[in-house]
Amino acid sequence: MSWIINFLKSSIGKKLVMSLTGLFLVTFLVVHLIGNLQLLMPDDGKAFNIYADFMSNNPIIKIISLGLYAGILLHAIQGMLIAFENRKAKGKKYAVTSFENGNWMSKNMALLGTLLFFFLAIHMGDFWVKMRFLDVLNMVSYPELDYEVKNVYERVNLAFENVWIVIVYLIGLLSLALHLIHGFKSAFVTLGLEHKKYSPLINAIGIVYSITIPLAYAAIPLYMFFSHQSHY
Amino acid sequence: MRLTLKIWRQKSTHSEGYFESYKVEASENMSFLEMLDVLNERLISEKKEPIAFEHDCREGICGTCSMAINGRPHGPQTGTTVCQLHMRAYKDGETIVIEPFRAKAFPVIKDLVVDRSSFDRIIQSGGYISVNTGQATDGNSTPIEKGQASEAFDSATCIGCGACVAACPNGSAMLFTSAKINHLEKMPQGKVEHTRRVVNMINQMDKEGFGKCSNVGACHVECPKEIPLSNIAAMNRYYFSAVFTKE
Repeated sequence: MSWIINFLKSSIGKKLVMSLTGLFLVTFLVVHLIGNLQLLMPDDGKAFNIYADFMSNNPIIKIISLGLYAGILLHAIQGMLIAFENRKAKGKKYAVTSFENGNWMSKNMALLGTLLFFFLAIHMGDFWVKMRFLDVLNMVSYPELDYEVKNVYERVNLAFENVWIVIVYLIGLLSLALHLIHGFKSAFVTLGLEHKKYSPLINAIGIVYSITIPLAYAAIPLYMFFSHQSHY
Repeated sequence: MRLTLKIWRQKSTHSEGYFESYKVEASENMSFLEMLDVLNERLISEKKEPIAFEHDCREGICGTCSMAINGRPHGPQTGTTVCQLHMRAYKDGETIVIEPFRAKAFPVIKDLVVDRSSFDRIIQSGGYISVNTGQATDGNSTPIEKGQASEAFDSATCIGCGACVAACPNGSAMLFTSAKINHLEKMPQGKVEHTRRVVNMINQMDKEGFGKCSNVGACHVECPKEIPLSNIAAMNRYYFSAVFTKE
């Protein structure tokens, strides 16, 4: 088994971990978005609350979510370690910084990743912790279910009344978009998947994905915020 | 043209470096190195320590002239080394900042001269092929497909100057190492060491303290030989296949 350890300690092995966990999180973003877009349904949160209840109690989802937490932590910790090692390998920086040889996103993946980590901490603290561990959410019952479920929709709605929370989300999602613009295509290159025949397609999908997914996420706080505004 | 140069001065590897400003008068037809020669002539005549910088062929093929100009290895021009950069690329009155290549694995020896022997050790670890002893076989007796030969040549044009490492925000040597691996991999003569080469060269690269590539692509932009970035993905593939499928 020592060959696996040696591989994971090598520069390319470390990059592979980043690539695979990154792509795993990319698929998660789609699933999470589809679920959350139910917040925009004009049913006072019924579909979303039933969905949220399913997601937090289904045993299979529970197991998958453990993988997700592991993926996030692995990506964050490994990314941090690589960033420190790279900083050490670079040593002294140039007195003049040039962006003519590479774009800002690609040179600041660690910074964007750190912003995303803090965003995630705020995001999970506000909803996930309250949903799972604290008894602060009101219960709501629906005729379709013979038991009561937590009204997460109400909490989300309340949060997005606050302009500062909306701004935090927009900053988080902008960081996500910038992180993805470089990260998406970079993950494929690390896997060795680069060829002049299919790389333009991967890069194009990457750009479209990196812009549309964060925009669709941003629609949720923006819609909720402005619909509150129009009520007054 | 009158220029202000801010040049990195450092007595030795372990001494503290600092920037020193010099005024210099240059002709726009001079190469960048000739402009430094003019400055050094003056410093010598004033009994001052001249600026140490490396140079050899002065025709863009040896890769010795290692310096970063305004934060860019080999200066602003694409596809050239410093010796092929001419002063006409600058404007009268400009201030130019000249630094040595920055990377932990390239320690400064003096002023603008860095120690790039880490590259030599990467080559020693696997940048060779096995050949039979006895008389050299006729070159034409081994047919090589033209496209394959051209791709190998594109990688083989690497002059090992280290600009890729110097340009990389991570101090990574993956463009250099992958170019050397691919140039041999693409040739039938290089197949003998296929597995060993990629593993040994990457191990040595890591041991030398180079950083990890994050696919920024600055190496390719600054490379005087414009070595294709696709070498890195190809090296990753060879490495995966060597690690996961071979002994």
